[in-house]
Amino acid sequence: MKSFANFFKTKKTLINVIFAVLLYVLLFLSFNKSLPLEFLNLSRTNQSLAIKMSYYIILAVSLNMVVGFLGELSLGHAGFFAIGAYSGCLIAKLLVSMGIPSVPAFFISCIIGGLAAALGGFLISSSILRLSGDYLAIVTLAFGEVIRSFSKIIPGLGGTIGLMDIPGFSSRTVEFTCSFILVVITLAVFKNITNSTHGRAVTAIRDNTIAAQSIGINVKAYKIKIFAISAFFAGVAGVLFGYYNNNIAPSYFTYNLSIEVLIMVVLGGIGSIKGSVIAAIVLTGIPDWLRNMGSNKFFNFIADQRMLVYSLVLIIMMLFTSAPAFINFRKKLFGNISNKFNFKNKNKKTAEEVA
Amino acid sequence: MTVLETKNLGIDFGGLHAVSELNLKIEQGMLYGLIGPNGAGKTTVFNILTGVYKPTFGTFYLNGENLTGLSPIEINKKGIARTFQNIRLFGNMTVEQNVMVALHNEFNCNLFESIFRLPRHFKVEKQMHKKATELLEVFGLSKEKDVLACNLPYGKQRKLEIARALATNPKLLLLDEPAAGMNPNETAELMDNIRFIRDNFNMTILLIEHDMKLVSGICDELTVLNFGTLLASGKTTEVLNNPEVITAYLGE
Ligand SMILES: Nc1ncnc2c1ncn2[C@@H]1O[C@H](COP(=O)(O)OP(=O)(O)OP(=O)(O)O)[C@@H](O)[C@H]1O
Ligand SMILES: [Mg+2]
Repeated sequence: MKSFANFFKTKKTLINVIFAVLLYVLLFLSFNKSLPLEFLNLSRTNQSLAIKMSYYIILAVSLNMVVGFLGELSLGHAGFFAIGAYSGCLIAKLLVSMGIPSVPAFFISCIIGGLAAALGGFLISSSILRLSGDYLAIVTLAFGEVIRSFSKIIPGLGGTIGLMDIPGFSSRTVEFTCSFILVVITLAVFKNITNSTHGRAVTAIRDNTIAAQSIGINVKAYKIKIFAISAFFAGVAGVLFGYYNNNIAPSYFTYNLSIEVLIMVVLGGIGSIKGSVIAAIVLTGIPDWLRNMGSNKFFNFIADQRMLVYSLVLIIMMLFTSAPAFINFRKKLFGNISNKFNFKNKNKKTAEEVA
Repeated sequence: MTVLETKNLGIDFGGLHAVSELNLKIEQGMLYGLIGPNGAGKTTVFNILTGVYKPTFGTFYLNGENLTGLSPIEINKKGIARTFQNIRLFGNMTVEQNVMVALHNEFNCNLFESIFRLPRHFKVEKQMHKKATELLEVFGLSKEKDVLACNLPYGKQRKLEIARALATNPKLLLLDEPAAGMNPNETAELMDNIRFIRDNFNMTILLIEHDMKLVSGICDELTVLNFGTLLASGKTTEVLNNPEVITAYLGE
């Protein structure tokens, strides 16, 4: 009871909880077509899209933990996603065949799929700790592909066809509720890690590794832990994907997926959890919405070639944030506004203000 | 009681003998100075003593325990903390967080307890907060506790680095040019701070410094390095009046 009281100690936590509950109620109503305003009620395709967004949010936020928070570039997120999907869905099939209802089976599978992926994250990060930067990116990229290749040849995983008849949820509402819970848990876990002594330690490692070591922070141990936790949630997302899709196959777990999630992290703002959530929602939504806009050839092209569009957007973003000419242009345009929106230094007084 | 003892400590970088045959003996509670011209190997000695470099020759002992070859993390846990010549603060963290993060080995809670916000997490946060506040008080940094470390003026950054090192509860504190870049007022304040730490925290301090006023003002004993070898060693006034030392500093 005491820790429960502690939980609400900070106003911010309370606000977040209220926000989550309200959002859930709103979405619940819109799923059941009981909102007074017609257009707020979600169509079947948008309901399914909401689930898709959920696992992309989990993927993006967990990848951001490695890329933004820890400061290491990882291109193997699809690998952890695959490990979670395969191991979790195998367990789910087993549990359901034993007569366990699909929702409890789902959460058990999430834990098992997550743990399997975390084990993968632990093994890969502890074996390649000496690498960083580009080398780490290359090895993680290879890791993802290795996992995918193995999933084709390991007996019992269905080869290139993959696993079929994965149990699903009894209704869209149940499915949505479960994925909403997973998203909230993911966000809460990462918020709690960043706002703790461990969060400070990791920030210290990213800011200045030598100084971090000089005050006794175990750099290696933290890198492994963060990798493993990030992989855990990628694995959980994999189980959700399996339940959503009722079928998983190696072709879903290509490095394109890793890149897509990385783009969400980059566009949302490296290190910003909120940004990852928004980017995951927007980038998952746009291709679908474009495709549903009728048979407009242009929109369909963009939806199908979204990786191409993303890369263009990325290049433009890079120019916009790094090229001196653009920076000057932006300063002329927005000048003071951009200072106001400088989130990083929000609430942090400058030395002059204090003195 | 001898806190730090080095025996024939030496390190080569390729053909360069950056430090050779260094024998130091520092007693409990002493304020010990390490001086010498630029490139004499002073910082290199600190890097050896904190495990950043492994010595090519020799050994060193903290309170009689051989720490040669341990990693920087292990050495810090054994009780040696340092500051850096080119300041290495955690710039994106606030002043208070810089100190709190250095307390994580003393007040530890595991990741699990933080994720699930178990009571221990809150207890540890509270303890860290309290101790950090005390330490910042010592260095007159309380007012700036919510300032990002990178926004602090230079002199205060140096002080914050000392506070952070002190937060790890060391037995021996290594200060690499703590007064570099400070104006005379700040230097005087710093000297008071250093004496205060020595007396109130019962600290043994080894410091590198070029500011002779500071050195002659607070150091009990000195060692002078030149080209990596020991030039002179002993009581501060004696060493500073040694003709060889004067030559090394002022040239022939
Ligand atoms: N990692 C390294 N590799 C090669 N040479 C090094 C290395 N570190 C230090 N040195 C050399 O060792 C010598 C001593 O350097 P050190 O930084 O210890 O000098 P210092 O006494 O601290 O000088 P200063 O007063 O300028 O800080 C220098 O010649 C330096 O170039
Ligand atoms: Mg030096």
